[in-house]
Amino acid sequence: MKPSRDVGIVGYGAYVPRYRLPASEVARVWRGGRGPLPIEEKAVPGLDEDTATISIEAARNALARAGIDPQLIGAVWVGSESHPYAVKPTGTIVAEAIGATPEVLAADWEFACKAGTEVVQAAIGLVASGMARYALAIGADTAQGRPGDALEYTVGAGGAAYIIGPREESLAYFEGTYSYVTDTPDFFRRPCQRYPTHGGRFTGEPAYFRHTLAAGRNLMEMLGLRAEDYAYAVFHQPNAKFPVRAAKELGFTREQIEVGLLVSEIGNTYAGSSLLGLTAILDVAKPGERILLVSYGSGAGSDAFSLVVTDLIEERQARAPFTRDYIARRKEIDYATYVRYRQKLHIQ
Amino acid sequence: MREVAIIGIGQTKVGEHWEKSLRQLAAEAIRVAMHDAGIERADALYVGNALSGEIAHQEHLGALVADFAGLKGIEAVKVEAGGASGAAALRVGYLAVASGLNDVVVVCGVGKMTDRIEAMRTAALALTLDGDYEAAHGLSLAAVWALIMRRYMHEYGVKHEDFAPFTMNAHSNAMGNPYAMFRRPISAEAFARAPMIADPIGLLDMAPLADGAAAVVLCPARQGREFTDKAVEIVASAAATDAVALHDREDPLFLRAAHLSAQRAYQLAGVKAEEIDIFELHDESTIAAALSLEACGFAERGQGVRLAQEGKIALNGRIPISTMGGLKARGNPVGATGLYQVVEVVQQLRGEAGVNQVKGARLGMAQSLGGSGATAITHILAA
Amino acid sequence: MSIAHNWRLRNQRYRLVGEVCGNCGAKLFPPRDVCPACGHSMATPSLTPMQGENPPEGTNQTTAYVFSGRGEVYSYSTVYQAPEGYGEFVPYTVALVKLEEGPLVTAQLADVDPDEVRIGMPVEMVTRKLKEEGKDGIIVYGYKFRPRLKA
Repeated sequence: MKPSRDVGIVGYGAYVPRYRLPASEVARVWRGGRGPLPIEEKAVPGLDEDTATISIEAARNALARAGIDPQLIGAVWVGSESHPYAVKPTGTIVAEAIGATPEVLAADWEFACKAGTEVVQAAIGLVASGMARYALAIGADTAQGRPGDALEYTVGAGGAAYIIGPREESLAYFEGTYSYVTDTPDFFRRPCQRYPTHGGRFTGEPAYFRHTLAAGRNLMEMLGLRAEDYAYAVFHQPNAKFPVRAAKELGFTREQIEVGLLVSEIGNTYAGSSLLGLTAILDVAKPGERILLVSYGSGAGSDAFSLVVTDLIEERQARAPFTRDYIARRKEIDYATYVRYRQKLHIQ
Repeated sequence: MREVAIIGIGQTKVGEHWEKSLRQLAAEAIRVAMHDAGIERADALYVGNALSGEIAHQEHLGALVADFAGLKGIEAVKVEAGGASGAAALRVGYLAVASGLNDVVVVCGVGKMTDRIEAMRTAALALTLDGDYEAAHGLSLAAVWALIMRRYMHEYGVKHEDFAPFTMNAHSNAMGNPYAMFRRPISAEAFARAPMIADPIGLLDMAPLADGAAAVVLCPARQGREFTDKAVEIVASAAATDAVALHDREDPLFLRAAHLSAQRAYQLAGVKAEEIDIFELHDESTIAAALSLEACGFAERGQGVRLAQEGKIALNGRIPISTMGGLKARGNPVGATGLYQVVEVVQQLRGEAGVNQVKGARLGMAQSLGGSGATAITHILAA
Repeated sequence: MSIAHNWRLRNQRYRLVGEVCGNCGAKLFPPRDVCPACGHSMATPSLTPMQGENPPEGTNQTTAYVFSGRGEVYSYSTVYQAPEGYGEFVPYTVALVKLEEGPLVTAQLADVDPDEVRIGMPVEMVTRKLKEEGKDGIIVYGYKFRPRLKA
């Protein structure tokens, strides 16, 4: 997809909470310490954090980089599968907190781990159509993992925010986007269920890989580009293996995905995952470099974006904390503390 | 304006009165005070209390207590000023008599804190802070005293253990007061070891919340002799306020309301701080005690703790405080506290303080604080 | 349920919106009806001039002021016995923070261990959950302060 008017990223921001639960702790409690670990450790939100607070900080960082008047933002959209309210948008809280109200759109979005990139797609449409000068797209999550389940090792918390605006003001612009979506129930949660259900190995081939590879291939074909044309590639990161394999199958090298591959250090931040990877890339990217982002959300679908960095990036990178700063800011906790912080002891 | 005298006093023990309700406690103290004054009737009743609505699910205490104390029909209102409610009620009673509009007035302070569990009592007390900008952020009254104490320690190079003498003095004196809640001594080691409530405020820095009631009977001083030969005159009554929120105060380490209130009281009584023989101050916390001494002119800024360390606050010291246990050991039934302070000063001035008698006590000062010092009400009494 | 009460405070809670006194220039948080520094009336007078009349002399306008959120710790205390409603967060550290523009504000500290806090520590404002009004009530968000991430 290519909008009739070029748009891009005017500002970007990240947020990762400070607490870390080593995967070895989950293994210690549930498996006697044995077995392979899918990642090193994951980010855990504190008692006073949720998707709204994560989104607010990421948004403030994006605003700091963009240097725009928040009153000019036409939409504040938050994609997540852990919105604090089932009914009452996270978007309005964020919009109020950053001074974007009252002339603004602000609904919540859900599409598992691709809710954030779906919002980016919509934001591109809103801005390119001329309906808004800027749109704020956020992907953030504090999702829960079922105790002892494979996903508990990896489900992390974090978020990223992107202010989409005119290409002339962008630090990176979109060459094109593509979405590949089918009805594939690899991972889902029914209302009033505390934890999601997933299909085990079904989440691989027919789910993550089918959609990710299709989106990546088709976008590059559409644009007449190949893996070598890219400086960086970032994929949705449910664990350390899937994105590495997807990258390889699309022809990317380990070096190309290294900067954006954060999962081993902060876990799978769900709607924030590929978007956070992109912030880490933008923190070090140079003008003219090309970036491929392919997200994946269970249910299922992938959004692919091809971006080119502009000259404006260098003056904006240091206006807010780097994603690496947030990752380095860590306090290790044990499983008991994690259970307290994630309120897993409150049984209804 | 007429001079006003206290012609009768009454108090209940301070403690956890599981068996007694708020109205029972108030009525008990009032009946004892009226008996002490030898009266059957009064013109007005002022009831000092804070938080009855929150804790006892009961407002409208003036009329309620009047009825249950056998004073139905007379003028009666509840008076509230946080922890200074009792003193505030006394001030209203004082004004009623001094103005000439009432002759015999009963003032009662009552507190019923134990009907709610501790966390709810803490939340209730936090209602005397700034609700929107202090309590909403999870502050308790103890936490506010802690913020003051830590900064005080930082600015004056004082350690937490240095505050122990306030607690030790109060507990030592409480042993001689049959109405006190805690009647055993506290050592410096126990003080230092006490668990933290909000550091550096520990369990033994804070006065215990409790139940209790105390009352006095007032009449024009000229008529005092008709009732008793133990009349004690109120020679000064003065109140002042400061910003409720600690962060709104010009100087967070200075109890400005206490200072203003004391200055006005000294002026009204025509005395200087040096002439005060007893000071029943608001030792809701050890830091409050130190700052009260400083605000009222008994110590220089930052030297209040030194006064205690040098033993000057003891019964035989230069400025005895908490002579019957203070809030710390006699106990703190919040709204009743201001009246307990005055009742104790009266006991001292009458020579009825028993083993705690301060020799030759002629002028006694009682001061109550509301919140973390936003209200200060001072009374000076003369034998 | 304190829906309206909390909602009224949203500008202060979310963005540290205070004001500048139109008379003496004092920066105030939170906004007030009467300036504590000079006594100037901050609110718009309720008696507006009649048609054709000039407004009274010297009606200096009070303007909103959004504080930067940067400040330093003036004092702090870690709470172990919390008031009801805050027990689930114990232990938490509260502080008096001196904002770089002048006013003192009371708030919790976030993302810092009690033994890491120092008087004078530079901090910055973050928006966090203050509390939840039960399982079916509103979530109250507001300001806390954490050690500065960027100088």
